[in-house]
Amino acid sequence: MFLRLLFRTGLLPRSVLHLKRSPKPSRTPRAPSEPAVSHMATIDTTQPLTQAEHSEAQSRAQVLRSMKRGDIVFENLSKFAAISVLFLLGGIIISLFIGAWPAIKTYGFDFLTTQRWAPSLKPQPILGALGPIYGTLVSSLLAMVIAVPVGLGISIFLTELCPHVLRRPISIAIELLAGIPSIIYGMWGFFVLGPFLAESFQPAVINFFADVPVLNVIFAGPASNLSLFNASLILAIMVLPFITAISRDVFATVPTVLKEAAYGAGCTTWEVVWNVVIPYTRVGVIGGVMLALGRALGETMAVAFVIGNAFKIQASIFAPATTISAAIASEFAESDGLHQSSLILLGLLLFVLTFCVLAIARMMLMRLERNQGK
Amino acid sequence: MSTATPNPYYAGRKRGNLIAMGLCYAATLFGLTWLVLILVTLVTNGMAGLSLDLLTQNTPPPNSTGGGLANAIVGSLMLTAIGVSIGAPIGLLAGTYMAEYGRHSKLTSIIRFINDILLSAPSIIIGLFVYGAVVVPMGGFSGIAGALALAVIVIPVVVRTTEDMLLLVPNPLREAASALGLPRSLVIKRIAYRAAKAGLVTGVLLAVARVSGETAPLLFTVLNNQFWSLDLTNSVANLPVTINNFVNNPDPNWKKLAWSGALLITIAVLSLNIAARVIGSSRSEK
Repeated sequence: MFLRLLFRTGLLPRSVLHLKRSPKPSRTPRAPSEPAVSHMATIDTTQPLTQAEHSEAQSRAQVLRSMKRGDIVFENLSKFAAISVLFLLGGIIISLFIGAWPAIKTYGFDFLTTQRWAPSLKPQPILGALGPIYGTLVSSLLAMVIAVPVGLGISIFLTELCPHVLRRPISIAIELLAGIPSIIYGMWGFFVLGPFLAESFQPAVINFFADVPVLNVIFAGPASNLSLFNASLILAIMVLPFITAISRDVFATVPTVLKEAAYGAGCTTWEVVWNVVIPYTRVGVIGGVMLALGRALGETMAVAFVIGNAFKIQASIFAPATTISAAIASEFAESDGLHQSSLILLGLLLFVLTFCVLAIARMMLMRLERNQGK
Repeated sequence: MSTATPNPYYAGRKRGNLIAMGLCYAATLFGLTWLVLILVTLVTNGMAGLSLDLLTQNTPPPNSTGGGLANAIVGSLMLTAIGVSIGAPIGLLAGTYMAEYGRHSKLTSIIRFINDILLSAPSIIIGLFVYGAVVVPMGGFSGIAGALALAVIVIPVVVRTTEDMLLLVPNPLREAASALGLPRSLVIKRIAYRAAKAGLVTGVLLAVARVSGETAPLLFTVLNNQFWSLDLTNSVANLPVTINNFVNNPDPNWKKLAWSGALLITIAVLSLNIAARVIGSSRSEK
C-alpha cells in the first residue's frame, strides 16, 4: 500500500515495481547480429564470415598465439632458473678451486699434514691445515655428543609426555633457537658463557678428573674464557633445533597401532620409545643428526668469537683452538697472496667435507621418504 | 590378605622409566633455558643504548660518546632488500619448474638434492665464492657483492618452500583450469600461485629472516663503512659487520652500541620468524 503511494507521487520509478513482480527479467533471446561463441559460428561454412566474425576470429588467434608465446617463455624462464641452481654449485666449486690453486701447487698434500701456521714467514709462509681441520672435526663431534641426547630427549618429551596445549609453544620456542643470528651466539658466548664456564664449570671438571689417567689430559687446565669446549657447547645449542625438529617429525610417523600394541603388552613409556619408536625411525633420526653435523661443521661467527684462534693442537678441550671457518673469518680480510690462497683452500676442504656429510644426510632422509611412500 | 611386596623386576623397570622421562623433562628445560638466557642478556645489555639517536645518528668514531647506528641499519635494509629481490624471483621460478613442469623428471630430483645441500652449505663459503667471482673481478669490496652473496643464500630457501607449497596445491584445481582452456603458464600464475600464496610468502619471509642476521658472507664482500653510504659500488655500512667490529673493541660506547644493534637484529629476525609461522599455519588450518 505504501509502495503504491510512492509510485503515484513519482518518488519511485515504475520499473522497480515491474522488476519486483517478475523475478526473471532478461529472458530475451539473443539478437542474431550479436556474435555467439565464435567457433560455433564458423561451423556453418556455407555462409561467408561477416566482418565482425572475421575480426573476432583474428583477435582470438592473436590471443592464442600470445598465450602460447607466454607459455614457452615462462616454461623456459623457470627451467633456466632451476638449472641456475646447478650452476651455482658448479660456480662455487670452480671459483674456490681457482682461488686455491696457488696453495695446492705450493703445498700439495703437505697442507693436510702440517700443523704450523706461519703466514708472515719470509721468504715463503709455511701453512698447514691440520690445526683447523682438527678443531673443526673435534668441536663438531663434541657438539653432537651434547646435542643428540638433548635433542632426542626434547622430541620424546614433545611427542610422548607434553600436554597438548604446550606442544606447539614449546616446539616453536626451541625452533626460535635456530632463528637467532650466529653473531648473537658469538657475543653471548664471548661475554656471558665464556667467563661463567672459566670461573665455575671448568675448574670443577679439571679438579674432578685431576687424578684419572687419560681424562686428566683431556680435561687439563688452565681454565680459559676461550676454548674448544665453549665452541662445542655453543654449537650444540645452535644445532639443537635441527635435531629436535627432524626427530619430532619422524617420531610422528610411527604408526599409533605399533605404539599401542607395545603399551598394551605392558611396556613403560621409555620402553616404547627405546624398543619401538627409535628402531622404527632410526634412518630418519640419523639423517637429522647428519644434517645438524653439516651445520655445525660450517658454523662461523659463533665459533670465531669463542674458540680463541689457536692453530696449535692441544689435547685439552679446555684449551683454545681454531676451526676452518673461524680461521677464514678472522684472517681473510687482511690476507693476500699465498696466505689468502691457503685460506680459500681451507674453504674448499670445508665445502667438500660438509658436502659429503650433507649428501649422506639427504640420502638417508630420502630413503625414509621413499619407504613411507610404499 | 596382605598387600603384595612390589616385584623387584617391575620396580626396576618403573624406576628406569622414571629416570628416562625425568631426563627428557630436563633436556627440554635445558633447551629452553638457553633461549631465555640469551634473550635476557640481550635485553639487559641492549636496552641501555636504545634511544632515538640509535636510529638517527651515524656510527661514532672510536672513543667518543653518543652516536647511533643509522647508517648501518639503512645499509643492512638496503643489502637485504636487494639480495632478496634478486634471489626470491630466481628461487620462485626454479621452485615452479620443479613442482609444475618437471615434477617427475630426473633433472628435478638432481636439482632438489643439490638445492638441499646449498640450503645448509656454510655461509662463509658463499662469502668466499662471491669474493672470487665478484669482488676480485670488480676490483674491490662493494655493496653489490654483498647483496649477491645474500641472494645466493636466499635462493635455496625460496626454492625449497616454493616447491613444497606448490606440491600441496591439489591437482583437480589445475585440471579444472586446464579444462577451461587456460594455458599452462596461466594455470600456474593464476591458480597454483594463488592457492599457495600464504606458503610462498612464508618462504620469502623465512629467507629475509635468514639473511638479515648473516655476518660471515658480508665480512669480505661489503666490508663495512663508518659513514652514511648508499653507493653500492663501494663498501656499505651494515649492521652485522658493525656489531662484529664494535664488539671486539674495548671502547665502552662502541660495545653499548653493539649490544643495542644485536638486540635490534634479534627482535627483527625473531618477529619475522614468528610472522612467517603465523602466516604459514593460518593457511594449513583451513
